[in-house]
Amino acid sequence: MAVATGERNAVRSAPRAAFFYRPEVRQAIYQVVTVVALAILFYILVTNTADNLRRQNIASGFEFVDRTAGFDVSQSLIAFDNSMTYGRAFFVGLLNTLLVAGLGIVLATILGFVIGIARLSRNWLVARLATVYVETIRNLPLLLQLFFWYFAVLKSLPVPRQSHVLPGGGFLNVRGLYLPSPVPEPGFDVVALAIAIGVAVSIAIHFFARRRQMQTGQRLPVLWISLALIVLVPLGVFLYLGQPLGFDYPELKGFNFQGGMVLQPEFIALLLGLSIYTASFIAEIVRAGIQGVSKGQKEAALAIGLSSGQVLRLVVIPQAMRIIIPPLTSQFLNLTKNSSLGVAIAYPDLVSVWAGTVLNQTGQAVEVILVTMGVYLTLSLLTSGFMNWFNKHMALVER
Amino acid sequence: MKKVVKLAIAGTIGCIGMAGVASAQTKVLDTVKQRGSLSCGVNVGLAGFSQPDDKGNWTGLDVDYCKAIAAAIFGDEKKVKYVPTTAKERFTALQSGEIDVLVRNTTWTMSRDSSLGLSFAGVNYYDGQGFMVKKSLNVKSAKELNGATVCVQTGTTTELNLADYFKSSNMTYKPVVFEKLDETVQAYLAGRCDVYTTDQSGLYSIRVQQPKPEDHVVLPEIISKEPLGPTVRQGDSQWLTLVKWVHNALLNAEELGVTKANIDQMVGSANPEIKRLVGKEGDFGKAIGLDNDWAVKIIKAVGNYGEVFDRNVGSGSRLNIDRGLNKLWNKGGLQYAAPIR
Repeated sequence: MAVATGERNAVRSAPRAAFFYRPEVRQAIYQVVTVVALAILFYILVTNTADNLRRQNIASGFEFVDRTAGFDVSQSLIAFDNSMTYGRAFFVGLLNTLLVAGLGIVLATILGFVIGIARLSRNWLVARLATVYVETIRNLPLLLQLFFWYFAVLKSLPVPRQSHVLPGGGFLNVRGLYLPSPVPEPGFDVVALAIAIGVAVSIAIHFFARRRQMQTGQRLPVLWISLALIVLVPLGVFLYLGQPLGFDYPELKGFNFQGGMVLQPEFIALLLGLSIYTASFIAEIVRAGIQGVSKGQKEAALAIGLSSGQVLRLVVIPQAMRIIIPPLTSQFLNLTKNSSLGVAIAYPDLVSVWAGTVLNQTGQAVEVILVTMGVYLTLSLLTSGFMNWFNKHMALVER
Repeated sequence: MKKVVKLAIAGTIGCIGMAGVASAQTKVLDTVKQRGSLSCGVNVGLAGFSQPDDKGNWTGLDVDYCKAIAAAIFGDEKKVKYVPTTAKERFTALQSGEIDVLVRNTTWTMSRDSSLGLSFAGVNYYDGQGFMVKKSLNVKSAKELNGATVCVQTGTTTELNLADYFKSSNMTYKPVVFEKLDETVQAYLAGRCDVYTTDQSGLYSIRVQQPKPEDHVVLPEIISKEPLGPTVRQGDSQWLTLVKWVHNALLNAEELGVTKANIDQMVGSANPEIKRLVGKEGDFGKAIGLDNDWAVKIIKAVGNYGEVFDRNVGSGSRLNIDRGLNKLWNKGGLQYAAPIR
């Protein structure tokens, strides 16, 4: 103690260091210099690019987004035709990217969990099959798999006039999977309302059941009650009202089927390719997560009389999730970014429509690529932001 | 501290230096001569226009233009570095200076000429967009294509003409847009599309590569004007002039009856027009930065335009495309070269 005081006094009594030798001044200078150097670098990059574009007579700026696109897109979630603008084409591409990425994440997660758990199965055949799946799929390049799903599957399907007829009025051919599209008739809104009420009541029951369990230790079969509320009750209403739902069936007219709805082969191939590929990585993450839960937890759970299903659901998985979520986030990000490979198999995603056709028709590569990078960056940051929040929610709460 | 400042300054100067190099307007011809080879952007593979054979030798109409330019500069048509480009990459490759000239069945349009910073040096093939269908569909005319699915390559004028044509004919269609030619054709063959559309020359080229070309029909309608030609960056008029006159020399040689076979006799010709072409009169070669016998070197390497056409896409090739619009002006076609004088 005495020594420390002595040192402090010594520092205080020493002559003040020259201005530039004071640590805090130095730190500030380093930082200012770095920031200024970076700013200069960016300024030079931007002005140099703009200068060069101007000197080479290459148009720049964002006026082109309001110009008429003049091309069509095969799949669009919003109305689009060739008289609309480049700006709208951007949203067509963006929505197609979001669609395939969103569905891909859901499918890959479900498939990944199933395969991951299967790898730990005590059934020799199931475990080996899961291992073969993981080792094959994750070791082949994704682009190759996309080509496989697209061309191999495409070539094995018949032309429209010889379509496979599916039960219920669907058709499968080389142009895609044609399904009847539902057309709501008067009275269907009542059914929709019944479903909405079912969902709301289920959520309420979930909270009630949790409180009841906390107080009495007794569990309610929440899953079955919810299913009954969301499925059976609306089904009853639906039948009582005389099935107020019509279908628009696809019909072969000329070259293609008209009417109904269609899942295009590009979409199916990309969705399958992405989900199957990413699922193999997720499976490994899930396996690692489950194996990371200490054996004692499982034994303790069995010892207090939980069934093996309950052990998995109530003890192992909640703890495994803490290990699983962070690497799972990167897989979700990978899947979203990998969806840009769809351009190779003609899926009209952001890269195909915006950074492909629009870039080529306008020639404004710098602007278009900047926007594309911005979109993928934003999507990735949003996903990881959400997953971080979810992770915090799932993390071990120390009491 | 001083070290950091020095580093920062050095870094900044380095960046400015690099930026300076990138933006400096050095003459393309000087760069090419210094490098010792011409960097020529070509199609990744289109029979008759540019295609590598099994030994890696490039052949085709567009490739012969690369060879002609290299021959004019170096007297050696082998001094070409071929850079295969997709429809999507081609303009960026040219703008960024990766290639010196783009000869890749590229359509001359106003927007490309005005806002991409490019200049077209002439038309080496007058083309038009057409449709190809499988014979089994029993379609005789493009007017019967209502509701069809169409395979098309991205980044082309084709994609826009397609939309225009179907709109003006009050027909609907579904585009399936690929980035690469191979996949586009594969999808068409697999039956994903009823129709494959591109320039007619391209259709013939794809058709002839199929194991059974007679199973595919090119429909008679031509729905657009597609003047294809060599392209250079704007801002170097010397280089533009050189490429332009290589093209004109090929045409003039055909018009004057100068061929690869008779070029050695023609050098001694008394015809003043031929004398100017082969550099016995005037300093035309010097004026574009080359030797005066530049045209002789071109013709020795590839022959005249007619020979180039016949060998690659015309009667002397598997494609056997009729010369049609690409005949010389005095034979009823559109190929018309400015005179050398």
